[in-house]
Amino acid sequence: MSEKIFSLLSGIIFGVGLVLSGMTNPEKVIGFLSITHNWDASLIFVMGGAIIVTAPFFYILRNRNRSSLGFDIKLPKKIDLDKKLIIGSSLFGIGWGLVGLCPGPAVSSIALLEPITLIFLLAMLVGILTSKYI
Amino acid sequence: MYNFTPISALTGGIIIGCAVVLYFYTTGRLAGISGIFANTFTSKVNRSSNILFLLGLVLGPLGYFYFSKTHVNFEITNSYFLIIIAGFLVGFGTRMGGGCTSGHGICGISRISVRSIIATVTFIFTGMLTVFILQQYGIYL
Repeated sequence: MSEKIFSLLSGIIFGVGLVLSGMTNPEKVIGFLSITHNWDASLIFVMGGAIIVTAPFFYILRNRNRSSLGFDIKLPKKIDLDKKLIIGSSLFGIGWGLVGLCPGPAVSSIALLEPITLIFLLAMLVGILTSKYI
Repeated sequence: MYNFTPISALTGGIIIGCAVVLYFYTTGRLAGISGIFANTFTSKVNRSSNILFLLGLVLGPLGYFYFSKTHVNFEITNSYFLIIIAGFLVGFGTRMGGGCTSGHGICGISRISVRSIIATVTFIFTGMLTVFILQQYGIYL
């Protein structure tokens, strides 16, 4: 039960952070990706701010194999740089650059009551289901 | 620099980092949103927790707007064609590449995962290239 409460709480905190960071506005993301014209470096500060918090914690917790609630800690084991990683990330970047939305802000923008994001999320789901066939 | 908001960006980023730490410390899982979103629809494992995390992603901003009595801008293309293509590529690409801005960009980089560093450099590069090309056609200014 408490695992569900902490999942909800983590989502709430993550969502507040996204809104405060400005990244729920696709225009801000496009501003960051627009390296040659009116560049807006804010996104680097969002990622940097998150990483200065998470990096020390992941380091401290690196040898633990159980979470505080007793769940197995699951970390990605893959280390090879395969084609899927590069092609998949390239395609994600193209989609990200087309409209300025990635999965987190796309979900959070439901709170902004913008119907257009529901179409994005539906298309994203179709993409996810399609990826099962490759 | 244009529209640069380093203070709010850093503050928001630190709060996002706290969420990632809390989620990992309690559940033992990485807060990669593309994975949580995909698993909600494709896997029965931890389904209710995944749904609750996504619900939180919506409730957090709603609560913030309610208590701060503020609103934020939302400016996006009005082309449904672009939205649909972009959504598909984001869904397909993040699953094929195993993560998005949160999973690779925050969790992966802070774990010093070489795969995530390469993935992040790749999607930022193709994102910048895409915006550059769109700008040549006058879609973004």
